[in-house]
Amino acid sequence: MNRNKTILYSLILAFTIVAPFAFPNFGTQLATLWLMIIVAITWDMTGGQMGYNSLGNIFFYGTGMYVAALITIGLTYDVGDYTSAAGGGIYEFTDLEYFGGMALGILGAGLFCSACAIVIGWLTFGLRGPYFAIGTLGVAIAAGELVSNWEWVGGGQGIALPVYPGDFDTGKTYFYFLFAAVGIGAFLFARWLYGTRFGSAINAIRDDEEKADAMGIHTLRYKLYTWAMAAFFVGMAGGISAFQLIHFEPLETAYQTINLGIFMVVCVLLGGKGTLWGPVVGAILFHLFKEVTWNYLLGWQWVALGALIVVTVVYFQDGVMGWLVHKKPEWFGIRVEKKVASGSK
Amino acid sequence: MDQILGNIGLLIDYPVVNLKIVLDGVMIGALFALAAYGLALVWGVMNVKNLAQGDFVIAGGYVSWWLVEHGFPALLGVPVAFIVMWGIGWVIYKLVISRVIERDLFTSLLATFGLAIMMAQIMNLMFGSDTQSVDLGYPTLHFFDGFIDVPIAKLIGVLMASALAAGVIVFMKSSRMGQAIRATAQDARAARVLGIDTEKVYAFTFSLNSAICGAAGAIIVMVWIIQPFYGISYSIRAFVIVTAAGLGNLPGVIAAGLGIGALEQYGAHIFGIGYQQAVAVMLLLLVLLYRLIQQRRNRQVLK
Repeated sequence: MNRNKTILYSLILAFTIVAPFAFPNFGTQLATLWLMIIVAITWDMTGGQMGYNSLGNIFFYGTGMYVAALITIGLTYDVGDYTSAAGGGIYEFTDLEYFGGMALGILGAGLFCSACAIVIGWLTFGLRGPYFAIGTLGVAIAAGELVSNWEWVGGGQGIALPVYPGDFDTGKTYFYFLFAAVGIGAFLFARWLYGTRFGSAINAIRDDEEKADAMGIHTLRYKLYTWAMAAFFVGMAGGISAFQLIHFEPLETAYQTINLGIFMVVCVLLGGKGTLWGPVVGAILFHLFKEVTWNYLLGWQWVALGALIVVTVVYFQDGVMGWLVHKKPEWFGIRVEKKVASGSK
Repeated sequence: MDQILGNIGLLIDYPVVNLKIVLDGVMIGALFALAAYGLALVWGVMNVKNLAQGDFVIAGGYVSWWLVEHGFPALLGVPVAFIVMWGIGWVIYKLVISRVIERDLFTSLLATFGLAIMMAQIMNLMFGSDTQSVDLGYPTLHFFDGFIDVPIAKLIGVLMASALAAGVIVFMKSSRMGQAIRATAQDARAARVLGIDTEKVYAFTFSLNSAICGAAGAIIVMVWIIQPFYGISYSIRAFVIVTAAGLGNLPGVIAAGLGIGALEQYGAHIFGIGYQQAVAVMLLLLVLLYRLIQQRRNRQVLK
């Protein structure tokens, strides 16, 4: 790692740590920004690097929420009793039960989502291109519908978790740092992964799966592992969201197919598919755009978002990073022969 | 579980209930088949997977509803929705779709998804988020001691849907434009070489799809209810039907449409009305898995 990069990374890390204290009014916004970065990076692991465009990664977010909540509640109380009381106040959690349950719940959410990714991937990785997108979208929608009819986990009402024990503002900062930790973890993991042999293998799958197969890469296994890794981080992010939001319900919050489920794809496309920094840049730009439209275009914010999706997909598909690579290839260590051979024009 | 078994028992004890469910399913399935046929057309001719299909349906429904609110007769809604949605489809084609035809399929999927979000929200802002319907004011026919009731409005709806489907089939088979569309679907490059203006064919096809959806929506608003955000469920059903029937297979699309309508009603009856949407999506997954296993037997994948 050269010096410039070290300085860049230290600056970003310093900003990450200072941000919630420097902008206390935007604590929740910044936490959501980290959530967007996590889901964008993990989406890019399959979408950008492996060429499998999933529209169903939101499934892991929702499932992560439910698993984390159920583990925390289940360690102390009976889940059926708890959900049928709908957070009716008689259920107290001590600090140990709350934080211990949260730690186990978030970790459990990640692991459970990885397992889900293996099972769903085994069923759906035979689908290619748009069929994979539609199939995974179907999985996410079906999961939301089924969970909203499942009374044991609260049905359409959802689950109300205990409130953070302590100061309200401390809680906000606490969740910010949880998200930031998972986000940094996901980024560093992706950065390491793309440099390994494994990263080259999934890139080979993206470029030509049949040839990769013929070269002796066990494509299904690679695809399953990649998705499981992505699902691990998304599941943990979902688990943290469950505690941050306190109350969540299946269709609009947990399995929010047309909100976060599509936002993560747009973030990646906006930033640049198949690059390390693209998802991060895209998530920041998209989050800014979303918050500005939410504030100033009330009522029309969804129209603006839909328009952003259409414009990004149709006119600007390479994203910011793709555009930069094209304009300033030397920044990325790509050498371009400036002199065009004479007569070729 | 007991409830599910009880519901199945009811079907066996009273066979006439089956007839009612199948009738209901077929009536609504006819409308699904229309939207699915439009999707198959666009998918087959220009290789665009339109996720905004359901929102075209809902938009057509609102055109008809708006007319009735302003004192026009309800049946006029179907032709007017056809024409208005033709125009909207043409504009959308020129602005968005024409630029995604040459791109990979995920691009068109995502672009039309963005379009679907926009359309749903614009309708929400224009017409409000309440469910709407148009009451034709016709009586309901009763058979089998009131076990089966068939509203005449639904019968009219099915008749109009059949007439529209028949019209489209005749058009595709015999007209010059229909021939051009089929030629482009077979091989766009060869069609261009032979002097077919494929750009025009694409624009026409997409507008036609939009118009068919609009007319289907105008029928749906008479026999059912519409709401700005119901579009996605029609899109999903259209995808289920086309994936099950395959492209360019009109009898297959109609059969699959009717079948899915009936299966969905059965699902709603057996598991409860809350599962109706889930049944539609599960059918999509089952169809995809079935196709996948079929392909795997030939060592192929579903592309």
